[in-house]
Amino acid sequence: MQTLNAMHSKKPDKIPMKNINETVYVTSGADAAAAASNTLRADVKSLSFWYGENRALSSVSMPVWDRKITALIGPSGCGKSTLLRSFNRMHDLYPGNRYDGEIRLYPEDRNLIEMDPGLVRLRVGMVFQKPNPFPKSIFENVAAGLRVRGIHRRAVLDERVEKSLKDAALWNEVKDRMHDSAYSLSGGQQQRLCIARALAPQPDLLLLDEPTSALDPIATAKIEDLLTGLRQSVTVIIVTHNMQQAARISDLTGYMHMGELIEYGDTGELFTNPREKRTSDYITGRFG
Amino acid sequence: MASSPGKQPAQPELESIVRGNRRSDLVMAGIGMIVLLVAMALLAAVFIDLAVKGWPRLINPDFYINFPSRHPEQAGILSAAVGTTLVMLVTALVAIPLGVAAGVYLEEYAARSWITDVIEINVSNLAGVPSIIYGLLALGLFVHAFGLGETILTAGLVLALLILPVIIVATREAIRSIPLELREAAYGLGADKWQTVRLYVLPAARPGILTGAIVGLARAIGEAAPVITIGALTFIAFLPPPPVQAQPPFINFEWLSSPFTVMPIQLFNWVSRPQAEFHINAAATGVVLMVMTLGMNGLAIYIRYRLRRDAR
Repeated sequence: MQTLNAMHSKKPDKIPMKNINETVYVTSGADAAAAASNTLRADVKSLSFWYGENRALSSVSMPVWDRKITALIGPSGCGKSTLLRSFNRMHDLYPGNRYDGEIRLYPEDRNLIEMDPGLVRLRVGMVFQKPNPFPKSIFENVAAGLRVRGIHRRAVLDERVEKSLKDAALWNEVKDRMHDSAYSLSGGQQQRLCIARALAPQPDLLLLDEPTSALDPIATAKIEDLLTGLRQSVTVIIVTHNMQQAARISDLTGYMHMGELIEYGDTGELFTNPREKRTSDYITGRFG
Repeated sequence: MASSPGKQPAQPELESIVRGNRRSDLVMAGIGMIVLLVAMALLAAVFIDLAVKGWPRLINPDFYINFPSRHPEQAGILSAAVGTTLVMLVTALVAIPLGVAAGVYLEEYAARSWITDVIEINVSNLAGVPSIIYGLLALGLFVHAFGLGETILTAGLVLALLILPVIIVATREAIRSIPLELREAAYGLGADKWQTVRLYVLPAARPGILTGAIVGLARAIGEAAPVITIGALTFIAFLPPPPVQAQPPFINFEWLSSPFTVMPIQLFNWVSRPQAEFHINAAATGVVLMVMTLGMNGLAIYIRYRLRRDAR
């Protein structure tokens, strides 16, 4: 069990159980106004998480705003991936994991920690660190999520696959080879294919777990561009170890350390004017 | 680069280390090659020996279309070949679905507990049980308790039992070799367990499963002991009724309850005759059996190659 978990997330050595710090929420006046006009897509409320005996998240609270890109940054083992994978209940695939707290999902305001994990995953899409297309054709990869939902009508599939591939900025490269194997694509194309696959069922929330860490700078730039383009239509949470990436593409950023959310708020504010010393140490490269 | 505090050996020393490594690589490659050649040579020797001895019969078409006979020069393997084919058909139809289903259950569904551990150990142990024990089990259970008689069905079932562990183990290993990322991709899309297994895990595991199934069948085809134990005939001069017929309902299952013989039994029968002429027949049968076994293994390799290539 431990080995399975270890594959996904580097565990923090020890989370101090005594004084759990209050997260600092950065909001400038303009942001507050923006936030007020915005709707919540999800709201994390004192979420803690354990891999067996190992506490990986300590009472994290964080609103997720609709149609914004939220970035999670922090050093290795800080719990950012663990938090991300809580949103689609990926931890439930492995034994011995435990949640405490809530993630309210809006608009219906339900705690997704208590929903059926399959139901949660039907609404929350995910893109992984390593491109992981299925050993099937390009078309079938994008159609996979639709087929899982019982959509088999050719016309519907064709239309949704095309739209998703366009959204993922891959359509022009693959439109003439839809029935080639997905493995014939380059790494960057495969990752965009995975994004198209996640977009096809029109998820309420799209999770990206260091989606560019295995890619070269050009492929990375393409993915950043397409994510920026998605901002108006999809709510995105992205985990990245690359601070420049977070600064470039996200609207909001959360800085995590040792399983805690240290600081969370407007990306510009957090990077230019961090309130917490640990945040400024990290973003100025003093550690991490 | 050379800033490590430990003293770096001088260049000539490094060169001698590299030379030493290269030498031990060569020695290991040589040993491996010799071992491989010995194994291949033994197989080739057996095969060539049988082929030379059986040659007069192998090139005679009558050998393949005649029933056994007390005149060695007229005796053929028709009834044994048909019997083997039909028995293998039953074995494949029973063992592959059962074995794959059991493998999928153990790997994907069964909760980890001491019961599954015991089942797991037992499945592995069953692969090592002598085949005659399976014959005894089948004699008691299928022939007598169930009253199935000394029939093709019974033989197919006992051979299916015999290779079930092989197929289960192959299925589990094939499933286990599917990368975690692929499963997470499927679950991440909202697929449930059965969708994940059916749409993504099983197709990806197909090369391994098919290889295991064919290797199992290739083992079953050469088994004589359990089939003798259940009371297969050693001399049979008629064929079972054909599974297809001209009149409705066009298929019949009478062949399942027919008496039969299989090629290893035919071989055993001929080799135990005192007349040397029958030994020629036995050698020829041996060649046919080996060709069938090697052919099935070849098919397994080909299927695996094709499916792997298609998956790329």
